[in-house]
Amino acid sequence: MNAGPEISQAFVVCVSAVFTQNILLTYFLGLCPFLGVSREVKTATGLGFAVIFVLTTTCMLNWLVYHYVLVPLNLEFFRFILFIIIIAAFVQLVEMVLDRYSPFLYQQLGVFLPLITVNCAILGASLFMVIRDYSFIVTIGYGFGSGLGWFLAIIAMAGIRQKLANDRIPQGLQGPGITLIIAGLMALAFMGFTGVLQAR
Amino acid sequence: MNNKTDAKKIIIDGLWRNNPVFKQVLGICSTLAVTNLVLNTVVMCVALVFTLSLSAASVSLLRKFTPRNIRMMIETLIIGFYVIIVDLVLKAYWPEMSTNLGPYVGLIITNCIVMGRCEAFGNTNPPGPTFLDGFFNALGYSFILLIIATIRELLGMGTILGYPMPYFSGPYWDKWIIMVAPPGAFFMLGVVTWIFRSIEIRKEQNTK
Repeated sequence: MNAGPEISQAFVVCVSAVFTQNILLTYFLGLCPFLGVSREVKTATGLGFAVIFVLTTTCMLNWLVYHYVLVPLNLEFFRFILFIIIIAAFVQLVEMVLDRYSPFLYQQLGVFLPLITVNCAILGASLFMVIRDYSFIVTIGYGFGSGLGWFLAIIAMAGIRQKLANDRIPQGLQGPGITLIIAGLMALAFMGFTGVLQAR
Repeated sequence: MNNKTDAKKIIIDGLWRNNPVFKQVLGICSTLAVTNLVLNTVVMCVALVFTLSLSAASVSLLRKFTPRNIRMMIETLIIGFYVIIVDLVLKAYWPEMSTNLGPYVGLIITNCIVMGRCEAFGNTNPPGPTFLDGFFNALGYSFILLIIATIRELLGMGTILGYPMPYFSGPYWDKWIIMVAPPGAFFMLGVVTWIFRSIEIRKEQNTK
């Protein structure tokens, strides 16, 4: 078995998941926390790191479960429920482990972990990985890249919103309205990366 | 009599006063992606109306038997159950649509509006009103999405539901490709939120 080409494919998929196919700006996944928690850079960073970690690990777990349990049993349609259970259970586990062994990390990330269970980016990435038929190594790259892309987007957004905090914005546009329009501009900017990399 | 006014209040709340999209800003995550074509949006909205109203009603039916600390998990399972039904029906009878929508059907599970309504309304109310609440919240959600989808498809492709429109598909109209690309969705949703919130604010000022 030659892992060379797979690793390079994983790398390409990872980079394209960060830039050209950003999970937030091109697939609209994880928008709710993106709008809700992007007021400050500090909290956005915490949430971003938690997403990177959970996204990468749950993608791997879900891949294993899907290919070694669901496919042999012909239960593919059951994946929605199983994925969400795995994600919820994993998040719970991480929370308990952090609480027990690393109070510092727990303080930093603890609040965000329950939020992550209902973050569509996590489930979305797992479903994309099934639909696109990635191999295990590529899945690792994809999960990490997606998380990193989400992290970048939310931090950039939080920075912009901090700058905007004192600006005068029409009353109807305050809050979600202006955030969505900024997200649109960011999506435009990220579209500029298309063509740099062509990978699925 | 009392019942009637209650129902009316639920309907108005869902459709307008507490509209899921521009008021609560919930659940836009998974469905924004399908608004580039009206047809996709219609299918997605039907799926959402089905899932939201029935799962909220089921949550409410089971509310007395559900232990409080595993409530969220049970709700997720109930929602997942209905989403699987939608997914299987689509796969069986309309495979092209199923591939068009991709993972977004499955993502109804994490659509915050479904969970939000189950939590906020289904947990404390009997099944009848809950069903109504879910149904009209989903409708309030759908009509905004349909507005967005219509504008995006018209400006971006010059068609509505795949049929070419007189002026927009002609040679005098430069198609706005950006409208069918992801940024267009963000802009449209931002502008729609802006417009509807401004109307709401103006109405409030007038009543004062």
